[in-house]
Order: sequence, then C-alpha cells, then structure tokens
Amino acid sequence: MARGYKYFEAIEKNAVLLGVLTLVMVSLGGLSEITPLFVEAHSVSPPPGVKPYDALRLAGKDVYVREGCYLCHSQMIRALRAETQRYGNASSAAESVYDRPFQWGSKRTGPDLARVGGKYSDEWQRLHLLDPRAFVAESNMPAYPWLAQAGLDGDDIAARMRTLRKLGDPYTDADIEGAAKAVADKTELDALVAYLQGLGVANEPLPAKGPTQ
Amino acid sequence: MRPQETYNDQIVRLFLLAAAVWGIVGMAIGVYAAAEMAWPWFNLGLPWLTFSRIRPDHTFGVIFAFGGSALMGTCYYVVQRTGHTRLAFTALANFTFWGWQLGCVLAMATMPFGITQSKEYAEPEWFIDVAVAVVWVCFGVVFFGTIARRRIRHIYVANWYYGAFIIAVGLLHIVNNIALPVSLTKSYPVYSGAVDAMVQWWYGHNAVAFFLTAGFLGMMYYFVPRQAQQPLWSYRFSIVNFWALISVYMWAGPHHLLYTALPDWVQSVGMAFSLILLMPSWGSAANGLLTFNGSWHLLKTDPAAKFMVLSLVFYAAATFEGSMMAIKTVNSLSHYTEWTIAHVHSGALGWVAMITIGSLYAMAPRALGQPAMHSRPAMELHFWLHTIGVLLYVLSMWTAGVTQGLMWRATGPDGSLTYPFIDSLIAIKGLYAVRWFAGVLILCGMIVMAWNLWHTAAAARARLIKPIPVPIPEPEPHQVPMPLPAYT
Repeated sequence: MARGYKYFEAIEKNAVLLGVLTLVMVSLGGLSEITPLFVEAHSVSPPPGVKPYDALRLAGKDVYVREGCYLCHSQMIRALRAETQRYGNASSAAESVYDRPFQWGSKRTGPDLARVGGKYSDEWQRLHLLDPRAFVAESNMPAYPWLAQAGLDGDDIAARMRTLRKLGDPYTDADIEGAAKAVADKTELDALVAYLQGLGVANEPLPAKGPTQ
Repeated sequence: MRPQETYNDQIVRLFLLAAAVWGIVGMAIGVYAAAEMAWPWFNLGLPWLTFSRIRPDHTFGVIFAFGGSALMGTCYYVVQRTGHTRLAFTALANFTFWGWQLGCVLAMATMPFGITQSKEYAEPEWFIDVAVAVVWVCFGVVFFGTIARRRIRHIYVANWYYGAFIIAVGLLHIVNNIALPVSLTKSYPVYSGAVDAMVQWWYGHNAVAFFLTAGFLGMMYYFVPRQAQQPLWSYRFSIVNFWALISVYMWAGPHHLLYTALPDWVQSVGMAFSLILLMPSWGSAANGLLTFNGSWHLLKTDPAAKFMVLSLVFYAAATFEGSMMAIKTVNSLSHYTEWTIAHVHSGALGWVAMITIGSLYAMAPRALGQPAMHSRPAMELHFWLHTIGVLLYVLSMWTAGVTQGLMWRATGPDGSLTYPFIDSLIAIKGLYAVRWFAGVLILCGMIVMAWNLWHTAAAARARLIKPIPVPIPEPEPHQVPMPLPAYT
C-alpha cells in the first residue's frame, strides 16, 4: 500500500469526515463564481435610463414568464457579428437588472427577442400572438388565444410590485397605488404586447457621455 | 437470540414501481412535446397542453420523477448491501417515498397551469420547493443514518457518490430557489439579471453534475461490478475520479453563458474547468468499462450488461462532446441550437436512462425474489428499441443544430445575412418529425420494460416474497479497502 494512503483510508472509513470534505469541495466553485457577482450587483446602482417595469409591462413580463416563452426565445444578443447584424446591439447586463427571473434563455426555436420592441406594430404583435401562422405560414409557434380573454387584477399587480420593492426594486408609493388604474380594462394580451414593445427600448441605458464626442 | 435482521426491500420495490411509471409518463410527455414542435396544431388549442407549458413537465418528469425515483430506490438498495445492514428509520424511509411522489405529482399538476417559477429545471413554485427540501433532508437522514450503522467499516465508493449527490443537490436546490412569495402561486427570486443567470446555471449545470452524473455513477459503481462479476478495475482510480469530479464540476456552470453579458472572467473560468472536467469523466467511464475485462462474453447473453456497457460508452461520448461545446468557438455555433438538445439527450437517454435500465434489470429480480427477469427476449427488444431510438434522436438533432448554427451566421459576399430566421426552421422541420419518431421508439421500449417488470413482480404482488436476511460479517480489525459489492 502506497505511502499516504492511510490518510485516504481515514476519510473512507469516517462518514462525517467524508461528508464534510464533500461539502467543502462542492462549495468552492459556487462561492468563487457567484459571490463576486453578487457583491458587485449590490454595490453598483443601475445605469441611468434603466427603470423597473411599469405596472402594465410588469404584468406582461409575468405572462411571458408564465407561458414559458423563454423556452423558445432568448433575450440575449451575444457579442458576435452575425448576432448583432440580425438582432441589434449586443445585450448588456444593465438591461436585465429588473428581470426576476432573468430571461436570457438557452434555446432559439424562434428568434431572439431582446430588441424586438418597436420592430412590429402593436396590432401585428397582437394578431401574431393570436395566430402566428396567419403571418408566417411555416412557423411552429403555438397560438395564445386565451390571453385575449384573460383580464388583469390590479390588486394582484400592486401586491407583486410591493414584493419586488422588498427585494430592492425602486418602486414608489405612487407607482404601486397607480397599478390598479394602469391595468384596468386591460387584458393579458395587452400587457404582453406592451412588454414586448418595450424590449430593448425601455430598459436601454442612456448613452455614455465620453470626451471623444 | 436476537431476531434475524432482514433487508428492507419493500421500499426498494416501491421506488422501482414509481420509476417505471414516471419513466413512461415523463417520456410520453416528451414525445407529445416533440410532436408539437413538428406539428404545432397538436396542442388542440388547450393552454395546458401547449409546448411552452408542458416542456417543464417533460424535463421534471424524466429528471426528478423518473431519475429521482430510480436513484432513491437503488440508493436504498446499495447502501444496505454494501454496509451489511438494514435501512435505518423505516418510517422515515416510507415518508421519503410518499413525500417524493407527492412532490412530483404536485409539480407536474401545477406547471401546465402556469404555476411556475420559470427557472429552467427548477420550475415548481415555492411551496413545492419547500416540500421537496423537507423530503430531501429526510432522504439524507435515512441514507447517512444507514451509513452510521453499517457493519463494514470501509464505505464503498458507490456510497460516496450517493452521499455527494444528496449533499450537493440539497445545497443547489435551496440556494437556487430562494424566493419571496407574492401569493401561494407566485414568487420572485431574490436574484435578478446577470446574478440570477449565474445562480441558475450554477444550479442547472450541477443538477446535471450531481443528479444526473454523481447519483448515477453511484449506481454504476455498485451494479457494474455486480453484473460483470468482477471487482472494480481500479479502486484507487475511483477515489481520484471522485474528488476531481465533485470539485471540478461545480466550476463549469458559466459555459452555458458564453459571449453573454456575464463578466468575461467568469466565462473563461467556466470554459477552463469544463475542459479539465473531461479527465474525471473519462476516468469514471474507463473504470466502469475496464471492469468488464474478462466478462465481455456477457454482452452475448446478458441484456442488462449490454445496457451498462453502452451507457458508459455514451457517458464518455457525451462528456467529450460537452467539454468541446464549452470551448467558446464551438459554443458560438452550437449555443441556442438543437445541438444542445442532441447533447442533453445523448447524456440523458444514452448515459442516464441506459445505466438506470441496466441497473433496474439487475436489481429487480433480486428485489422481487425471482431468479431472473420474466422475459429475456423482452429485454433484448427493449435494448434495440432504446439504442436505435437514441441514435436516431441524437443524429437528427445534431444535423438540425449544425444546420441552424450555420444558417444563422451565413453571410453573402456583401456581408449581409443570407437567410431570414424562418428559413432555418423550414430547413429542419423534417428532422423534428424524425426526432418525434425516435422518441416513440424509446417510449415503446419503456412500455416493454414496464410489462416485463409487472410479470417479474407476480410473486411480490401476491405477497409471497420472503425478506432477505442480512449477512453478518465477522469482525475484522484491519479491513483491506477493496470490499466487493455484497452478493445476496
């Protein structure tokens, strides 16, 4: 038996030692990679121009999240030429600081949506969500007709904004009190369209003022 | 004289049944979702049957319901045999079974109705997460409680993997799911944006590492030597691979976020560790395969051994592919495409499902008090249905993924993009149909297995099984660290 094996043997015969060492070994990676990001995120304030979602767009984002749109659409334009050419400027971390959960996605069965806002009219977005194949015959996107029938609950949206404020998103009392009015008479479809039309438009950081300009 | 101690195989049989049922349910949902990709009208206009709503049901169903039940069942079987002791805390062990099944049913019943956190592979809402965490802690108590009362001092390597799987999955599950509830059915994660992305893929990647790899390696390290009738090729090698695998895997998550807005240094660290990861992965695969040295003739006669050998080949192939896909240049082509789907399924259907099926075929007759499975031809049929299905699946999605990747980046002489997005979908639509057919083959194989298990369990259903007594070893002050898996 090789020299030094007795140390291994001690671990292999002691369940507590084995368990504790396992816990230490599996913790290192996460601690090293997540902690710096976490500290950074809490010490840097979002750049000017990036604001939390207003009531209607928040409702729309939550519909997007609930329906699972992220399973087929990314919201992350990678810093690669073919991507910026197709979808617009590469995405920055600042644009998603109010996304809980993040919507970067992992798969593109359909195109990236990070900068889809304003590319199509509201009416196009609305009809396309109700029947995608009316516009793009070969599309395999599901139709979402039920969104047009579902109304929004203003109190629920206000409760969501209060929860987000507890997590640190800077909503004012006026934002929360105005939520019910902002979503009154709106459907989930209206909210989702408002959310999509804001993507890449409403959360854009203001251009930096550099000395070269 | 004390009453003779017997193995608790009742709990193993329950998990075996659950694994067979969830395997069919989870894969059937996958086949349905695959049909919707090819023919979108398949959702019949129903919200809860729409692709984006049922995809989490497929992933949760196969990973946590099927894989989880198989892992917990085999874990309870292995920890008793390798420790020569009865499972600790019988009532608590029964609770882990019913608790886990309840968690799975709750998750699968809520997600299609929009009650979801929408974090990939962690979709169930907060109240299910809490329940799952409680069950998981109890699972750990039963497992480590059994380790504590073992009669063999040396802890066999399979148990290290099961132990690491329990510890790490508990850690990942809790950290990733920290959220503030708005109501019973809606919560927001405490992390947002880039931090949430990092936490999510630390979780997502290591759910693969510890749920789909470490746990199943535990299964492999017991059932492969058992089925090959050989000692492990190298026990020392298994130690090296264990520590390397569990420590390196945890660093590799950022390879899911290359070229994104995640800070560049994290991406580079993730890529580097993903390449290093190839070594312990291939080490484990080699250790398993070389254990068959001297027993290769079993491939002619034993379908369970065939499943095990092929699973190790797929494990080596999928981990090689994974390390290559973590290279930035390759990832720029493969990311967001069906190539990822091909990679996941060569790991999930090739490695995870095959080692599970092989182990179930090895364990079921023993746990069910039979000399062998009810039908060997049915096992052969399952093997070929599964193998052909996986190859067809992986080849079709590789082709689709590379096609997408190349079409998305193709530019003409003037530098403009050659194809509109929809062209890349039209190009691969036929392959979606092939993938669906491959899924049907695999699902049929699972149904054959369920039929076979049902007949093997005839004696169990008639309550005719006698519990197996625990062999009590002579006390040995100086154990050599190479105990064979116990024969029953």
